[in-house]
Amino acid sequence: MEATNTQTLTRQDFVSDQDVRWCPGCGDYAILSVVQKLFPTLGIPKENFLIVSGIGCSSRFPYYMDTYGFHTIHGRAPAFATGAKLANPDLSVWVITGDGDSMSIGGNHFIHVLRRNIDMNILMFNNQIYGLTKGQYSPTSELGKVTKSTPMGSLDHPFNPPQLALGASGTFIARTIDREQKHMSIILEEANNHKGTSFVEIYQNCNIFNDGAFSELTEKGTKAETQLVLEQGKPMIFGAENDKGLVLEGSNFKIVKLGKHYSADDILKHDKEDKNLAMLLSEITYNPDLPVPLGILYQESKPTYDDMMTNQIQEAIKSKGPGDLEKLFFGTSSWIVD
Amino acid sequence: MSIVKKKISEVDQATIRFAGDSGDGMQLTGSQFSDNTAIFGNDLATLPDFPAEIRAPKGSLAGVSSFQLQFSNKDIHTPGDDLDVLVAMNPAGLKVHLGDLKDNGMLIINTANFTPKNIKLAGYEESPLDGSLLDGYQAIKVDMTKLVATVLEKLELSSKLKARSTNMFALGLLYWLYGRSLDSSVNFIQKKFAKTPDIVEANIKALNAGYYYGETLEVIKTTYRVNKAKFEKGKYRNIMGNNALAFGLLTAAQRSGLDLYYGGYPITPASDILHYLAQYKNFGVKTFQAEDEIAGVVSAIGAAFAGDLAITATSGPGVALKSEALGLAVITELPLVLVNVQRGGPSTGLPTKTEQSDLNQAMYGRNGEAPMVVLAPATPADCFMMAYEACRIALKYMIPVILLSDGYIANGSEPWKIPDVNTLPEMETRILKKKEGFAPFNHGNPDLARPWALPGTPGMEHRIGGLEKWEETGHVSYDPENHQKMVELRQEKVDIIARDLAPAKPFGKESGDLLVIGWGGTHGALRSAVETAQNEGMAVSHLHLRYLNPLPRNLGEILVKFQKVMIAELNLGQLAAIIRAKFLVDAIGLNKVQGKPFTQTEVFNKITELVKGA
Repeated sequence: MEATNTQTLTRQDFVSDQDVRWCPGCGDYAILSVVQKLFPTLGIPKENFLIVSGIGCSSRFPYYMDTYGFHTIHGRAPAFATGAKLANPDLSVWVITGDGDSMSIGGNHFIHVLRRNIDMNILMFNNQIYGLTKGQYSPTSELGKVTKSTPMGSLDHPFNPPQLALGASGTFIARTIDREQKHMSIILEEANNHKGTSFVEIYQNCNIFNDGAFSELTEKGTKAETQLVLEQGKPMIFGAENDKGLVLEGSNFKIVKLGKHYSADDILKHDKEDKNLAMLLSEITYNPDLPVPLGILYQESKPTYDDMMTNQIQEAIKSKGPGDLEKLFFGTSSWIVD
Repeated sequence: MSIVKKKISEVDQATIRFAGDSGDGMQLTGSQFSDNTAIFGNDLATLPDFPAEIRAPKGSLAGVSSFQLQFSNKDIHTPGDDLDVLVAMNPAGLKVHLGDLKDNGMLIINTANFTPKNIKLAGYEESPLDGSLLDGYQAIKVDMTKLVATVLEKLELSSKLKARSTNMFALGLLYWLYGRSLDSSVNFIQKKFAKTPDIVEANIKALNAGYYYGETLEVIKTTYRVNKAKFEKGKYRNIMGNNALAFGLLTAAQRSGLDLYYGGYPITPASDILHYLAQYKNFGVKTFQAEDEIAGVVSAIGAAFAGDLAITATSGPGVALKSEALGLAVITELPLVLVNVQRGGPSTGLPTKTEQSDLNQAMYGRNGEAPMVVLAPATPADCFMMAYEACRIALKYMIPVILLSDGYIANGSEPWKIPDVNTLPEMETRILKKKEGFAPFNHGNPDLARPWALPGTPGMEHRIGGLEKWEETGHVSYDPENHQKMVELRQEKVDIIARDLAPAKPFGKESGDLLVIGWGGTHGALRSAVETAQNEGMAVSHLHLRYLNPLPRNLGEILVKFQKVMIAELNLGQLAAIIRAKFLVDAIGLNKVQGKPFTQTEVFNKITELVKGA
């Protein structure tokens, strides 16, 4: 069959016939809308998209997209996506997961898919809470989080997702936020363009069980002071008046005021290919005195597992010839009975 | 030393066993003798037995590794019960295995390893070489290590490396005893050690030394010949179960025109399937060594959704980890083959020993009503056909299939008649080409197979997953009536496969005093015991089940034609419980859970008791 013409695709082509069943006001709606608008612009035939999810609120996502989709079991979406990508490398594979799905029950698959650098995009909706099971703390909840399962406060320290991804040798690590749809669209497009595993952490508000977890980052009055929007080669400047910047003091960030003592030239410039810088940027995720970095924290070009597997198969065919069952079966320790 | 001309005695069969320390190379020695035997033209069956530890404490009882084979001029089914020849390379090997040697059997001992330390480790008070322990056997005491060192004197190798060739001396001696050519092992050594000519030379010299040493042995007055067995015309090779299984999967992929995808995690005794398949990349095989058992099976489900012939192989503990994912394959109706090479359980159990105790797990080990097709190969060579069959059923019916192999047939070997792959049953897939009228959960065909709509096909975009779904559309459904319908449909999908299977036919008469039922790797022992009983005039037949879910359509009719039904299995009666529940027959169990296969003697004794003792 002929591939779908990608020129004529519109948002409507990606809207499925299923009613969306997230809670009214959930941050997931914004992400769905961005993805539905973005997909028709990527130049990929509609039939080549495969959306894979695990379990949790975010994992209902595939049902709402009119693409191939698979709602797997809790935590296992990266493993499913791996098999599907290796079976058909032409697919554009998108994993939709949450902070519980990917960092708790699916932690093992999460780190290994990053390590292997299989060409796919992982969008982790991080709302720092368990939504679908009605409000227990998650592996990204802050220490001391009071929930139904932790009436006296949670006792575990949260994961730092970009740092975990860096530790797992991730090759594309980015962060965006549900309320910044334009930024999200740019980041998702970059994730799609990246060859290898792209990990995008999306801060997402759960208005039922963890409302306002990111309000300082999203509210008009505060966001200019709390967001650090990273752009390649550009100085790390933020603030309502664009008057603050980051410099390094030893191996720590320090906020300086632009003006008398510092100009934009003195401010640290973002280099997404600098892994040490990426470590420092991810480290400030939970630092209340510093802004939260958004954008591509780290990107690196590395061979992908899927390409290398295809190459090995081609090499084997070249050196041994295409497989011949008869030759294989009738090897050296065989005989003929006449 | 004078050389006395030996008498040559022709025998119908022989059972021999090599036993020594894990580091003594007993597995290699045994498999070399097996290949040589197969090429010579005997029928044979093998039983390798080794510890779970890679290098168990040297000289200890726990560290004994052995390899047994029976070879014959007739059709045989088992590696034999009692030994004609035991080769003991150390005191522990002697201690563990001497009890299996026949009276007046030949005992070949490498005396070099009978040091006071090793003797003590084996639990002997004094050297077994000195006392009366060996009376009643033809004990041949040879300092093999010293003889090998002498032959290799001029080679520039460490004495440790030289001693490593001692197993080849033992192999050479056995080749001499049975009048064999050394060619197959010489070729093997040259190939295996091609990069180290010194090692090639050492091994070939040791092999020859063992062979010619036999001539000088005055205590051996007779050597033996086992003539060729009669085989049907054709091409043959000796094959281990795991190898045959990998070949079956590969053939299924080639014949169905699909790429073979294998996702798995290393586990004894299934890892060899991964090792074999990883060598066949020129067949387009994709092998993925996953981070854990769960990722292995889930990646295979992903590959199945995307259009590959998807396989995962493991053993019992791995199946336990995979069970949630198997439920996903059941509810999404995807073609998937899970191979369980069973070992002793529960938990880590006996990793290198055989058992058949995962039948209940295969039948019932998932949440919800989640029936799966269950097949079991009967012999090492049968692993080829049953692996092929598992793939055929998975693809034709869009259903996950469990193939229950076991450690005994996985590592055992026998001659395999190489089939003409073009004569194997046709492979049929449900890949949908036309999008008109497409519905992902349409079951409108006699096989109740849903269409296989592959990602990348325009116009068939659809979403499925682990939630219950409406028939036809595959959309999520919580409707009570629909759930009942879908649960029943998934059961029916398994049940109707029985139509596709040849009716069961007992070996022997179709009625009688006793029907012996077995499944999986116990085939050889049961068949041999039943043959012996039939030859003694007992009205006993043997039915070996290779299809366990669904069972053959006519099984109930067969059962009622026998006075008694005995079900022999290496567990506490798992198949017996199924048959009792399904057919209300008072089946009697013969059950063994020792990590070892049945001997034909113990099966025969039970048959005699049931037939004559009534």
